[in-house]
Amino acid sequence: MSTNQAMVEKYRNNFLKEVEANVEEGEWVKMCMQCGVCSGSCPLGKFWDHPPQEIFMMIRAGKRDEVLTSSSMWMCTSCYNCIVRCPRELPITHIMHGLAHYAKRLGLVPQNQPTAKFAQLFWDNLMKKGRVNELKLGMALYFMNGFGEGVKVAMKNQKLGMNMMKTGRMNPMEILGGHAVKDLGGFHKVMKKAQELEDARIAKHGA
Amino acid sequence: MTEVVATNETILVVGGGISGMTAALEAAETGKQVVLVEKRPYLGGRVSQLYKYFPKLCFPTCGLEINQRRSKMNPNLTILTMAEVVDLKGEKGNYTASVKLSPRYVNDNCTACGDCEKAVEAQFDDEYNYGLGKRKGAYLPYRMAHPQRYVLDPRIIGTPDADKAKAACKYNAIDLEMSEEVVNFPCGAMIWATGWKPYDAAKIQPYGYDRIANVITSVEFERMADPSGPTGGKIVRPSDGKEAKSVAFIQCAGSRDRNHLLHCSRICCMASLKQCTYVSDAYGADADISVYYIDIRAIDRIEDFYEKVKAIQQVKFIKSKPASIVADKDGNPVVHGVDTEGYKRFANAHDLVVLAIGMEPSVDKDSFPVDIVLNREGFIEAAPENGGVFAAGSASDALDVNRAVQHATGAALRAIQVVNSVARAEA
Repeated sequence: MSTNQAMVEKYRNNFLKEVEANVEEGEWVKMCMQCGVCSGSCPLGKFWDHPPQEIFMMIRAGKRDEVLTSSSMWMCTSCYNCIVRCPRELPITHIMHGLAHYAKRLGLVPQNQPTAKFAQLFWDNLMKKGRVNELKLGMALYFMNGFGEGVKVAMKNQKLGMNMMKTGRMNPMEILGGHAVKDLGGFHKVMKKAQELEDARIAKHGA
Repeated sequence: MTEVVATNETILVVGGGISGMTAALEAAETGKQVVLVEKRPYLGGRVSQLYKYFPKLCFPTCGLEINQRRSKMNPNLTILTMAEVVDLKGEKGNYTASVKLSPRYVNDNCTACGDCEKAVEAQFDDEYNYGLGKRKGAYLPYRMAHPQRYVLDPRIIGTPDADKAKAACKYNAIDLEMSEEVVNFPCGAMIWATGWKPYDAAKIQPYGYDRIANVITSVEFERMADPSGPTGGKIVRPSDGKEAKSVAFIQCAGSRDRNHLLHCSRICCMASLKQCTYVSDAYGADADISVYYIDIRAIDRIEDFYEKVKAIQQVKFIKSKPASIVADKDGNPVVHGVDTEGYKRFANAHDLVVLAIGMEPSVDKDSFPVDIVLNREGFIEAAPENGGVFAAGSASDALDVNRAVQHATGAALRAIQVVNSVARAEA
């Protein structure tokens, strides 16, 4: 390989193309002008290993493993500050979720990432009855970090729970399965179809 | 009733700033009849409000004085101040313009002695200083104003102040009976040189211009640095008048931002670099200057000036568009953001923050008084549909003075071509 070809290879931007093809709103990444308003505007920014601006630069620099195994995009709380302020109107929040989703699909999510764990709990809960069983989701969240921790959190929130029951905001009977959407079979069909469409889209892009 | 002598070989120039003055003088000096219409009570526009020019750091008063002299000497030039074009009918080579004249309440007997100013008590925000100081209800807009003639603020008309002004005048120059009038006159071509205005800084919500006293705009800072300005040239904090030694400049305040102005305003990088020298000249080694930028656009030959400012030890360049500014308990504006070179978070307190505010066309896109092709930013396009109407200077794009003047000379030539063809057709 000539030096010229080697340089072309080095700067090929394969990972940017991969992101554009596979990540929701990924085609916007190249529009970032590295001004830094998103990173500075992020209320949780100091907890991110790499702020959004840096993630965009890392994608362009081809740092595939560092980006996809990062916990950064999982830190996004969807406050939309970055989208509102971005001078180029990049849908930054959506790109962060898109990256998280893509990393999840590839099995690259960091172990015990709490947002990822909660997202999985939410999804599993939703898939059962076509609606979120809040009681079960709350319980699952309490016990996410072990039994002892769960009991402690539950005890701490006892009063809140009792008040919610009194005012009809929480039904303890929901623990026994809980109620479903009217057409649960139909719901599952919709989800199956959506999965097929998604699989077809992935197959088309080859990633 | 004001009489304006004009024919369809007359060139009408709208706007008496540096571009309009240039276009009008260039055309008048070739022998063409020119009417120059200016909304303010004096010529010179925003250039008259600058302390120094970049990159030479010389004084705009110098060039303005030359232009004033040229305009006083030229019999082909008619100047209408406090005048606005409200309508234009007809076609290339044969227009009729309607111009609204607001009353000045002072006639040409005025010698600018200043007795009326002393007699009047009411005070108003001084537009010339972007509201940083006050002026009287009878005032000379600024010391070099041309025409050198006082103005009565319409808000004092009908109050005892107006009568006091009239009584104080020894030259019978005050005429309280003046009223608004509209004059119609013909012209063959029109040069639209209405220039720019600073973008409304309060719209950039996270920067707190409307909430934090020590966050000001670059145009206000320019007035502050001028020895004839509201602070006598002292660079101080508006909140408490203390010396502002730690000054931050924030670039692209409104420009290059799809939430505000789509375009790069071109002048702000150079303006901030120039203003860095004001702070370092004032405070020397005690100055602490920070420039927050996305990228410095010191275009072509003025890169050299950027290098000179970079060499000043007290000037730091921080590659970051700040996310927000908040005031701490002492009124210091604290600039928050993340540095692009290293992705480090910062929260830097300064004495004063200067927003390098963007340029937008001074005439509102949706209420342009004549039929004209505008681009999406509201600047005038050079389009054949505009007929005999041409743009000059920053009405056509965000331009610095150098480029605006060159553009104005070009516009004058285009207008001359139109009136020459009218003259040939009638010969």
